[in-house]
Amino acid sequence: MPQSMTEFLNHLVFGLYPYMAIMVMVVGSILRYDRDQYSWKAGSSQLLTSKGMRLGSNLFHIGIILLFFTHLVGLLTPESLYHYVITTEGKQIMAMVGGGILGGICFIGLTMLLWRRMTDKRVRATSKFSDILLLWLLYIQLILGLISIYYSAQHMDGSSMVALGNWAQHIVTFRSGAADFILHEPWVFKAHLFLGLSIFLIFPFTRLVHMLSVPVKYIFRSGYQIVRRRGRGY
Amino acid sequence: MKIRAQIGMVLNLDKCIGCHTCSVTCKNVWTARAGVEYAWFNNVETKPGVGYPRDWENQNKWNGGWSRLGNGKLKPKMGGKFRVLAKLFANPDLPEIDDYYEPFTFEYDRLQKSPEVHTPPTARMHSAITGEIMEKPEWGPNWEEILGGEFSKRSQDYNFAQMEKEIYGEFENTFMMYLPRLCEHCLNPACAAACPSGAIYKREEDGIVLIDQEKCRGWRMCVSGCPYKKIYFNWESGKSEKCTFCYPRIEAGDPTVCSETCVGRIRYLGVMLYDADRIEQAASSEDVEDLYQEQCDIFLDPHDKEVIAQARKDGIPDSWLQAAKESPVYKMAMDWKLAFPLHPEYRTLPMVWYIPPLSPIQSAMEDGRLEKSGVIPDVQNLRIPVKYLANMLTGGKEAPVVQALERMLAMREYMRGKTVEGIADKDILDRVGLDENTLDDMYRIMALANYEDRYVIPTNHREYAGETPFDNEIAFEQRTSCGFSFGNGCGDGGQTRTNLFGTSTHKNTMSGKVRS
Repeated sequence: MPQSMTEFLNHLVFGLYPYMAIMVMVVGSILRYDRDQYSWKAGSSQLLTSKGMRLGSNLFHIGIILLFFTHLVGLLTPESLYHYVITTEGKQIMAMVGGGILGGICFIGLTMLLWRRMTDKRVRATSKFSDILLLWLLYIQLILGLISIYYSAQHMDGSSMVALGNWAQHIVTFRSGAADFILHEPWVFKAHLFLGLSIFLIFPFTRLVHMLSVPVKYIFRSGYQIVRRRGRGY
Repeated sequence: MKIRAQIGMVLNLDKCIGCHTCSVTCKNVWTARAGVEYAWFNNVETKPGVGYPRDWENQNKWNGGWSRLGNGKLKPKMGGKFRVLAKLFANPDLPEIDDYYEPFTFEYDRLQKSPEVHTPPTARMHSAITGEIMEKPEWGPNWEEILGGEFSKRSQDYNFAQMEKEIYGEFENTFMMYLPRLCEHCLNPACAAACPSGAIYKREEDGIVLIDQEKCRGWRMCVSGCPYKKIYFNWESGKSEKCTFCYPRIEAGDPTVCSETCVGRIRYLGVMLYDADRIEQAASSEDVEDLYQEQCDIFLDPHDKEVIAQARKDGIPDSWLQAAKESPVYKMAMDWKLAFPLHPEYRTLPMVWYIPPLSPIQSAMEDGRLEKSGVIPDVQNLRIPVKYLANMLTGGKEAPVVQALERMLAMREYMRGKTVEGIADKDILDRVGLDENTLDDMYRIMALANYEDRYVIPTNHREYAGETPFDNEIAFEQRTSCGFSFGNGCGDGGQTRTNLFGTSTHKNTMSGKVRS
C-alpha cells in the first residue's frame, strides 16, 4: 500500500501536474491578455526607490534569463543529439559549473531584491501579495537548484541529469511513463521540479507575464516615431 | 510635402499670475487617484528655480530629449534602441519619487474627533504611500514658490547657463517669473521614440501625444526620454501616464481644462499646419541657436493657396483649414513672432509655446528716470535678463526674444498714447515693424483676450471614428456607456474589486484619510 501510494503521488505530481500547470499558464495568460490587458505589466517599483536596483535587478535578470534558457536546452536536448559534441559526464560537469556560476549571480541579485522588497517601506507598502509570494518562490527554487549541485556531485556519471532530461522530453512529447524516471531521484530534484511547475501554474496571476512582452519589435521598428491615424486601426 | 494639423497652445507669461488654478483643476480631473498623487500633468513653477521634478531641465543629468550625431542624424540622448533595451532591468536615468516629492495627506479626522484638550488638536502629516507619519515635508511640487528657499539652491537653475548669476542673488537685482508647464505634444516626441512597447503615439489628426494604457508594459523608458519630465509612472497601475491635452474636450471643440479655467486668460489654443516631411531636418539642425527658426520654418501659411490644396489632398477637413486661418497660435508664433517653444535645444519640436514676460525697468529704480532707446524702453534694462529668457525659449539666441519684448512694450506704449492721450504714434509701430491693423489684432487677442479669440478649436470629425461614418448604430452603442476608464468596465475601472490578476494595494489615497 505505501509503495503504491508513493507511486500514485509520484504519477500525480510528475505525470499529470505538469500538464495542469502548463495548461493553466497558457489559458490563463491568453485570458489575461485578452480580458485584462491593463494589468499586464512589468510592475517596476524603481520609481519608489532605486537603491540597490542597478546591481540587484541586473544580476537577477541576467542570471535567471540565462538559467531559464540553459535549463530549456539542457533538459530538452536528446541524449543521442548532444553526444555528437559532449559526453554525458562532460555535460553534467558543464551543467554543475555553469549552473553554479549563473545560480550564484542570480542568488546575489535575488537576495538584494528580496531584501529590498521586504525592508523598504515604500516598496513593501505597494507590494501586492503575488509580488512577495513570487519572489520567495523564486528564492526557494533557486536555493533548491543550488543544493542539487551537491547531490549531483554524489554520482558524477550523470544519471540524475539523464533521468530528468528523459522526464522532460517524455512530458513535452506526450509519452507515457514520464513520472517513472523521477521516482527514485533524491528529494531535492523532486522539490525543484515541483516548485518549478508551480511557478508555471501561478505565472498568469503574477507579474511574470511581462516576460512574454519582451519588446523585440522595438529593434525592428522603422525609425523611432509612431503616428496613428483614426479609423485605420494601428 | 505631407501636411498635418496640430492643436498647439500658447501661454502668455506676461499675464500669468501664478495662481495654480490650471494645476488644481487639472489635478482634480486627471490625477486625483492612487499611484499618481505625486503627478501634476500641469504644474506652475517659479523661475529661477530647479523646478519639478528637481533639476528637470538639466539633460546632462537626466539624458532626456535627442542628441545630434556627427553625421547629422538624431538619436535619443538616453541611447539608441539597444541602449534603451539594456536599461530595462534598472533604468539609470529614472527620477525617484523624492525628485518629485513623497505624496502626503493630513490626519484631518483628528480635528473632528479630538476630545477636549488643552492645546488645539493637530492634523499630522502622513505619507500617501506608506501611511506612516512624516515629520515634515522635504520637498513639493511648488517648493520654490515665489522664490522660496536660498538663492544658492535656486541658482542651480539650468537657464543661468553662460550668465554671471551671482548678482541676481542680491536683493536689488532679484527677479522672478512663473512658468506653467504641461506636456508639449512635440512634433518629434522623444518619449514615443524611447517606448519599447510602441504604446506612445502621436495622433495624426490633431497631434495629441497619448499613451495606450493597454499596450504600455511599464518599462518606464518614456519617463527618461521626455526632457520635460512630463511623463509620470503610476506606481499603483505600473503604467506611465501623461497629459492627454484633454482630448475628449478638444474633440468636442472645447479648450483643455487648464485653458478653460485660466483666470489670467493667458492660454490660447489653435490649429497649426506643418510639413511632416521636414520634421527630421528641422530637429537635426547643427546649431542649437537655429532650432527655433528651423521649427518656425516647417509651419505652413494657412492662407497660401498651394498649402490649402495640398492640405485638402492630405485629408485635412475644411473646418480645420478655416480654423488654421484664425488660429491665435499661428498669429502669435508666426505672424507676430511673440511666442517661442520651450527649450528647443532638446530637439523635440515642442508645441506648447510661451510669450516671454515683461518686467519692471531696472534703471528707472536706480536713476529715477527711464532710459529709452527712441520711445521704447531698452529691453536690456528689464529686470528679467534677456539671456535668461533666451536660454529658456530660443536655445540662447537673444535677438528673437528682444524683438518680442520690444513689440510688447511698443503695444503698451502705443495703446497708452492712443487711449490716454488720444495720439496714435505710428513711429513706435514702425520701429518694431508692426502696422496699425496688426496691432489692433494683437491688442484684441492679447490684451482683451476674449474667449472666442483665445480658443479656435475645430470639432473633430465623425468620419475619423471608423469605416462607417455617420453610422447610427455606433453612435447609439456608445451613448451613455462609460467614457474614460481604466482596465475593464466603468465606475472604479475594475481596480478596487478583487481580481484574479492583481488587486490594487491602495484605495483612494486622495480622500484625506490616512492609510492604515
